[in-house]
Amino acid sequence: MMLAASPTRRGALEIADAVKIYDPQGARIPALDHCSLSIPAGEICMIVGPSGCGKTTLLNAIAGFHGLEGGAIYLDGEMLCGPERAVAPIDCSRVVVFQNGALFPWKTNLENVAFGPIVQKRLSRAEAHDKARRLMVDAGLGGYENKYPGELSSGLQRRVEIVRALMNDPAVLLLDEPYRALDALSKSVMHEALLQTYYRTGVTIFFITHDLEEAVFLGHQVVVMTSRPCRPKKIFEIDIPHPRDYGVLTSRRFRELAAAVSACVNEEAVKALALGEKEG
Amino acid sequence: MASDVIVTHASLGQRKGFLAKWFTRPEFNSSTRRGIISFVVALVLWELGSKSGAWFGVDVPVIGAVPAPDTVIAAWIKLIGDPGYWQSWLQSVIRVAIGFSAATIVAVPFGLALSSNPNVRSFAFPVFELLRPIPPLAWVPASIIFWPTQELSIDFVIFLGGFYTIVLNVLGGADSIDPRLIQAARSMGASPWNIFRRIVLPAVLPSIGVGMEVGIGITWEVVVAAEMISGGGGASSSGGGLGFLIWNSYIGGAYPNIIVGMISIGIAGYLSSALVRLCVHRLTPWLKRS
Repeated sequence: MMLAASPTRRGALEIADAVKIYDPQGARIPALDHCSLSIPAGEICMIVGPSGCGKTTLLNAIAGFHGLEGGAIYLDGEMLCGPERAVAPIDCSRVVVFQNGALFPWKTNLENVAFGPIVQKRLSRAEAHDKARRLMVDAGLGGYENKYPGELSSGLQRRVEIVRALMNDPAVLLLDEPYRALDALSKSVMHEALLQTYYRTGVTIFFITHDLEEAVFLGHQVVVMTSRPCRPKKIFEIDIPHPRDYGVLTSRRFRELAAAVSACVNEEAVKALALGEKEG
Repeated sequence: MASDVIVTHASLGQRKGFLAKWFTRPEFNSSTRRGIISFVVALVLWELGSKSGAWFGVDVPVIGAVPAPDTVIAAWIKLIGDPGYWQSWLQSVIRVAIGFSAATIVAVPFGLALSSNPNVRSFAFPVFELLRPIPPLAWVPASIIFWPTQELSIDFVIFLGGFYTIVLNVLGGADSIDPRLIQAARSMGASPWNIFRRIVLPAVLPSIGVGMEVGIGITWEVVVAAEMISGGGGASSSGGGLGFLIWNSYIGGAYPNIIVGMISIGIAGYLSSALVRLCVHRLTPWLKRS
């Protein structure tokens, strides 16, 4: 309902038959195996799967950190990488929020958030700082502007990082287990904050997680990946209407979906364990 | 418990004389007091060892052969009134400042170039590693031959003292930059120049700081070797640097002055390290310090 507010919906991701092979000393380890996935613009897609299955490989390919051996990735119909272009360009249409955070420790939180528009020369320093200050207040980060990231809890750091990503008006936010290190209580606060941000911006979110409840609570769809090589095993459409809040967690539908996803992931986790894959 | 201790100290201060009062003043915390005690104990041991020469029939090594603290202090008091001594201070400080600044100015870009460009690294690093173990003392003759003036030869030897350490620290710091920081900057549209200026440089700054802190100490360590080159007028009259003061006092047999020179270098090194540390802290305000 609030998504209708954003005029043009951007951020439709199409992953078509993606193949990625790691080749250390000719070992040819397949990481992505004909992986196809389609994420509608302005939706939250949650990726779950056993450790080391290749979820981050997919994210890196979307972000442009490495290329593919086969297949293609499209953003809003335009090819990011594929037969004609091995590696997607790294630009601010897709911004990554990393697992352990990648805030610049020597910049204050405000300078971190204002970084993108300043280096792109899209905004003057003063304008960027104004916008950053507004976004930080919107995200409940007022008062932390002049502190360094190291002075904040990891939950707040992650929140600053998401605001920093949003400063660049990305079409897609790529989140790689951003809340992994948080305790359950901080996590639930972060989830609601993320949803608030999402309802405000309507940005497409590609979100890797190990937390199945997190996946069902946040996602429009939950994609369960197979153990390596990685491809979607099953896609769950989460038909709980947005906007959601923590009341959802106790609903019957939520419990049913969480149980189904859990059973599906468990099958793969057992397989992965049997293969003895290293955590990754 | 803590208040008991304070009361005891306070009453001690009332009964005892000036020294006890001074020692128990509230500005001193327990670690300061321990420092004072260790300093006093060291002086007493030195005095005893030096005066008696042997304890329980065994010769006291090192301490037994050096002048006693009272002789050293007497010699020091004499030197303090001598303008040549202060000129030596000034000369050494200027030489260390020049050599160390030059080392920093050359080492930081060199370390960054080694780290950022594999070609530079494979060309320059082997030579660097070959030269690094050569002690600055060994460079003295070559340095006298290479450089046109005596002053430049001295500055060069001091430069070598700081250079290698700073390069290695910059290299280590630049090699260990978290690649995600660079990926994050790229994905936010930072150009290569922006990445260098806004990511690499500040990320390496703490390592530059560590290199400088260690390096300034080493430059004082090599000051004696460097100032052997100096033909200054010696401890009295014109001065020739603190390192020269030591060497010249040895040649001239003024043994207490050797110790004065050594302690002077210790003090100079302590003060300049503190200064460098202060500057580094100012430049890296984001690092947490206890």
